[in-house]
Amino acid sequence: MEQLNYRHVAAKRAKGTQSQALVGVVASGNLEVLVERTLPDDECEIDIRTVVEGFGEVWRAVVADFVERRSPGGLKLSINDGGARPDMVALRLAQAVRAVEGERS
Amino acid sequence: MNINVATPVSASWYEASARQRLSGLLDKDSFVEFIGPEQRETSPHLSLFNLPEQFDDGMIVGRGRLDGAPVWIAAQEGRFMGGAFGEVHGAKLTGLLRAARDIGSMPLLILFDTGGVRLQEANAGELAIAEIMRAVIEARLAGVPVIGLVGGRAGCYGGGGLVAGCCSALAVSEQGRIGVSGPEVIETNRGIEEFDSKDRALVWRTMGGKHRRLIGGAERFADDSVDSFREAARYLVARAPAMSMATLEAEQSRLERRIARFGDLDDALDIWRSMGARDAEAIPGMTYQDFVVLANQLEEPRHDAR
Repeated sequence: MEQLNYRHVAAKRAKGTQSQALVGVVASGNLEVLVERTLPDDECEIDIRTVVEGFGEVWRAVVADFVERRSPGGLKLSINDGGARPDMVALRLAQAVRAVEGERS
Repeated sequence: MNINVATPVSASWYEASARQRLSGLLDKDSFVEFIGPEQRETSPHLSLFNLPEQFDDGMIVGRGRLDGAPVWIAAQEGRFMGGAFGEVHGAKLTGLLRAARDIGSMPLLILFDTGGVRLQEANAGELAIAEIMRAVIEARLAGVPVIGLVGGRAGCYGGGGLVAGCCSALAVSEQGRIGVSGPEVIETNRGIEEFDSKDRALVWRTMGGKHRRLIGGAERFADDSVDSFREAARYLVARAPAMSMATLEAEQSRLERRIARFGDLDDALDIWRSMGARDAEAIPGMTYQDFVVLANQLEEPRHDAR
């Protein structure tokens, strides 16, 4: 089990007022993302637990791209990963932000 | 916890996640979760096997409203470890059933989607099943209708099948399967002559929802949609039999009659023929509407037993 943690400065606060949301499932090639609005408006934290070790650099790149695209200010995202590929991770992260912003995902 | 999940009312029950089933079944925004994922009450065992955890351990419990009436509700996520029962997963359902027992009268729905006990948590999982079965009976004795809904991809097997057998009533869809030993388990233990798990038609007509409905293993047959399961849940909540010695005796004699009638038959097709179905081979391919008509003709579901 590998634990990874990334902190970013976000340009904008995530929309809406919903305090939390959950998307995805822990299954092979899939992951769950729990998103909680607990941080100052310009901060973002992504906490990852994955059984597939040694892919920290890929995670770092996917997370950096996500923060740049979605600007998830104020959000803490916690991930349980079942060995998802980077494209699946990117989709789930985007889905999680949409869910906590109150859009139907 | 407010979980934002899209649930078109026509959504397939089989395809839906546990949370989508919950939010589609209950009145809009009425669900209140107990021990939600934000509390991170995860399995204490999985990390020993280097297996990933899920924040809700695959079991979602809480309360909500079904057409305005308050209900307790529990749902298993069949895609996480096959919906299997572990220590935390089971304890959440036990706690919900005990709360239902203490309050009394408010119905409880269990949305089964499980292969049975989580092997990595063997003893804790088996104990959980025993605790849940006791809690179901205690809740029923306190006047709580406990209704099981089965239509998920994992079916309802192993300890889940035992718990289902303790419920006041069950609704099942064609995709739902109810049993204790699954097809592969039977083949492994008894040989391929006894049960060929690769023969999907055999598996479905032996364990699938249509057969369960016809032989009285489930009281209500649902279409594979959230709407149909909501209608079935409402119907069964209103007609759940009281738990008493008379109910148990009625159930015992119902099962004895069933064994006497069907015990010597080798195949579900033979059973359906002996029930009076003229074209038994056509039953697996029948539409929901046609099957409901046929099932009601062959045998009205009985509610004096269970």
